[in-house]
Amino acid sequence: MSEKFDAIVVGAGVSGLAAAYVMATNGLNVAIIERGRKPGAKNVMGGVLYRKMMEEIIPEFWKEAPLERPIIEQNFWLLDHNSVVKTGYRGMEWADMPHNNYTVFRGKFDQWFAEKCVQAGALLINETAVKHCIVKDGRVIGVETDRPEGDLYADAVILADGVNSLLAKELGLHTEWRKDEVALAVMEVLKLSADKIEERFHLNRGMGATIELFGDGTDGMVGTAYVYTNQNHISIGCGALLSQMSERTTTPYELLERFKQHPMIKPLIEGAEPCEYYAHLIPEGGYRSVPPLVRDGVLVVGDAAQLVNGIHREGSNLAMTSGRFAAETVIRAKEANRFDRQTLSHYERLVRESFIMKDLKKYKTASKTLEDNPDYFHHYLPAVNDAMKEMFTVDGVSKSEKQKKIIKRFLRNKSVLGAARDGIKLLWAVK
Amino acid sequence: MSTQTKADIEEKLYLNHYTVDTQSHLSIKEQSVCAACQRKICLTICPAKVYEIRDGETSISYEGCLECGACRITCPHSNIEWTLPRGGFGIQYRLA
Repeated sequence: MSEKFDAIVVGAGVSGLAAAYVMATNGLNVAIIERGRKPGAKNVMGGVLYRKMMEEIIPEFWKEAPLERPIIEQNFWLLDHNSVVKTGYRGMEWADMPHNNYTVFRGKFDQWFAEKCVQAGALLINETAVKHCIVKDGRVIGVETDRPEGDLYADAVILADGVNSLLAKELGLHTEWRKDEVALAVMEVLKLSADKIEERFHLNRGMGATIELFGDGTDGMVGTAYVYTNQNHISIGCGALLSQMSERTTTPYELLERFKQHPMIKPLIEGAEPCEYYAHLIPEGGYRSVPPLVRDGVLVVGDAAQLVNGIHREGSNLAMTSGRFAAETVIRAKEANRFDRQTLSHYERLVRESFIMKDLKKYKTASKTLEDNPDYFHHYLPAVNDAMKEMFTVDGVSKSEKQKKIIKRFLRNKSVLGAARDGIKLLWAVK
Repeated sequence: MSTQTKADIEEKLYLNHYTVDTQSHLSIKEQSVCAACQRKICLTICPAKVYEIRDGETSISYEGCLECGACRITCPHSNIEWTLPRGGFGIQYRLA
């Protein structure tokens, strides 16, 4: 099958499929290579897909795509051992079109998205792993697959091969990720009836909610735990920096079990049946870990390029937008019939000037600040819980006494100056 | 690690669908490096409990691998040869 394509996309995740769809609808001859038995078979996502960025690729996709629930409520919980401080937002404007975001199952969504690519003219090659990029005179000219006589050639190769991206590594675009540049997340999908989900999460029929939890859900490690509502399933997971998991010899599935048993979580999932178990690395390196995005004949998109905003649990939207930018760049390159690094650097410019790099830049020190200052999760988060308990417990102690107690609790083993410094550091990290 | 935990992870992996290859996509580069390794972090970090010590050697139950890559990055000696399963093999997720 030594055929020549305009572009080869490695990996049928949302970044690769976005790239393939945009190129195919613009008349390019595109091949998508997927190592799973079908698109989505290797893909893991907590579950939230953002409407706006998907709509920029397929307008009104929500009319036909397999979606679980539109999210009308997003929660942030500060979880301590035996208590929780809850914040969140529910907006009924999110219940109407256009929705803000949806929970999706990537196993179903990616298959649908890939079908759209095929309808647009792309060739989907499943069950095929790419072993290497074929490089000639320093320029990527195709890929070597594990099929017999499986070399494929193209003017441009788009690497959408996910967080591990052995191909980008082999090309020298990045070295191995450090342990603090990725989070290890484990997750389960649990079956629970729509009625029970709506009752337990106080939802109108068909609507969804998300909960992100800081603190005890990850045993105080830098990361988040989460609970998302699907149509007839709950997605529940937790993830923390691989550096911290490894330092503390955490066993990921024990962390997940512990979270499922937490008194604040257990009632939400009572009686729900486990259906599938997942593990995945999430790029967390942010701005400083983004590798060079192009080289002669090749572009890197999505997780493979570390394009994830961990602070806002956004990834699929950055992935699909980067895929679209890469596609637009290849379309432009084809018009000029030039696929060298300089021509393809248009893609880097698009990424830099968009929300993708701007958001990553904004939070460039956030993850490191949290990792270097364990007190945020170990001292202040429990202190916030204690403060709420103090103020809500009516026990005859005067409010000003309680206030003094709370301040003392916040300053335990700390100077006023030290606490102020911690506050400023945190603000600085997310400014 | 308790036997209870071992049972738990097997129960979880049993939920999943795999197309199992006859050969492993994971291997240990040098068993002697593992033998000298104090931390053996692969034993605990792997979410599928792929790695175990048997008869003094690191053994690999690649069949349950979730292909996350954590072991490769975590191994302090870069002693794990981590490749992708052949096309069509390995974990095949159905839902999320």
